[in-house]
Amino acid sequence: MTRTRRILAIIALLALAALPFVAGKFYIDLIAKIMIMAIFAMSLDLLVGVTGLVSLGHAAFFGLASYMLVLAAPDQYTAVSLWTSLPLAMAASALLALGIGALALRTRGVYFIMVTLAFSQMVYFVFHDTKIAGGSDGTYIYVKPKANLGAWLLNLGDSAQFYYAMLALLALTFLFLRMLLASRFGHALRGIKSNEQRMRALGFNTYAYKLAAFTIAGAIAGLAGYFAAVQFGFVNPEMLSWHQSANVLLMVILGGMGNLAGAVVGAFALVLAQDLFSSLTKHWLLLMGGFVIAVVALLPNGLTGAGQTWRHWRERTRSG
Amino acid sequence: MADAMLAARELTRRFGGVVAVDRVSLELKRGEIHALIGTNGAGKSTLINLLAGELRPSAGTVTFCGESLRAARPEHMARLGIGRTFQRSNVFPEFSTFENCRLAAQARLPRPWAIHEPAARCPTSGEAAMHALDVVGLSERRDAAAAVLSHGERRALEIAMCLATDPSVLLLDEPLAGMGGEESQRIIELLRHLKSDRAILLVEHDMDAVFAVADVITVMADGAVIASGLPEAVRADPAVREAYLGDEI
Repeated sequence: MTRTRRILAIIALLALAALPFVAGKFYIDLIAKIMIMAIFAMSLDLLVGVTGLVSLGHAAFFGLASYMLVLAAPDQYTAVSLWTSLPLAMAASALLALGIGALALRTRGVYFIMVTLAFSQMVYFVFHDTKIAGGSDGTYIYVKPKANLGAWLLNLGDSAQFYYAMLALLALTFLFLRMLLASRFGHALRGIKSNEQRMRALGFNTYAYKLAAFTIAGAIAGLAGYFAAVQFGFVNPEMLSWHQSANVLLMVILGGMGNLAGAVVGAFALVLAQDLFSSLTKHWLLLMGGFVIAVVALLPNGLTGAGQTWRHWRERTRSG
Repeated sequence: MADAMLAARELTRRFGGVVAVDRVSLELKRGEIHALIGTNGAGKSTLINLLAGELRPSAGTVTFCGESLRAARPEHMARLGIGRTFQRSNVFPEFSTFENCRLAAQARLPRPWAIHEPAARCPTSGEAAMHALDVVGLSERRDAAAAVLSHGERRALEIAMCLATDPSVLLLDEPLAGMGGEESQRIIELLRHLKSDRAILLVEHDMDAVFAVADVITVMADGAVIASGLPEAVRADPAVREAYLGDEI
């Protein structure tokens, strides 16, 4: 099973690497955007699927990093260095996550969902109701950050170069989170999801573990948000709205929770379905809703858990 | 006899108007199995929850090696070396039997920041987990998911997880309930072996087992201690006979 998955992952990676040779600019940009969302979704999966913390405010960390790209530059015509603005953006998101997490993690279950939602809405209104970076209109970023790699200059404005940078980032984030999940820290997070009371009785400070996970997830969401702003060339408060939080949660649920690959598959499935349905009819949201309901109803373990669901169903029909 | 490792003084816990634990004092000493018996609802599990930091006392104190632990939480107590088992098996159902124990053993040396080290290759927690499974007789079930274990096996896993953390004080809440005769006998032998360098509190309904292993017995009724002392003295105590209506003991 894991072998099949590994082969599938390698095929997917090769297909993604080959895409710019066959696809036009529109699809290169679309897939690059999806890969950014996939990084965002994986960061949320660390909370929802691994630790069992359903956050409905994850866009706050994504959006704050987007805004940091604007705020790091003296004006919107001056290019900043990637190597200073990206760490700054991720640090800001991590710090915000640390602060929100420290308070929100004192609650549990539905209350945790509501508190994360409330905090992210507060951040939303800070950018919506003040004059920071254009207020509710948002602001354009006319230049891309400078990304020197030794003597070579990575041009983030070039679709193909940006695409490969995002592919590399997606792979690195996936490998980093895989390593994290395999570590003692990761096992403890899974233990917290399974039975937090027992974890405490064994001597784990579960609050500190959850806060660390929340902060790491915030930093990675910031990584995604930063590059979303780089790609789109503008920021607005919608990037940190609750729609965005719900959207990424939907990706995680669609793809299948707790295995990272599900978050990636979910990001592709959701955005591609949106793209497909919106090209068919202007009532595409109806189709979209139907698609989401069908997946959730028929595949309780998400798209990546389809094989497992199928085997369970076969076993049950055989024995019954 | 050595000084008390874990001691309760005048420990009281109220739930609304109900006094679940009423001014209970007891001492757990190294080298002793201290049995706690009483009818259902006598407050035995509440007392364990108070000693393990799961519940806060309404009044009274818990001391560990002479130090007062007024606001200790379960993770603090566990790290001090106070291990507990739960009356209803409380394991990680999705994990394998071995993984349950390895996670428990990991609590001793968590090193959460070492994220490049795979937990599966951690030799210390792996060995501690195997050893704990071995002594409760679960080694052959190491790869089975905890969710599919039989009731008795799950009780044994509950004890193995507690042992994997290498506690110096054990609070065991009805460890033998639901176990077969052979399994029980194994656990009783294990307790006798463990007590040499540990303090053990044993809440148990199986009176044969209690009188077979206990060095000291405390009897609770309606939240309060009605008798405490050596097994023979407790067996002869009229108040205890009254509480148990003359049967069992």
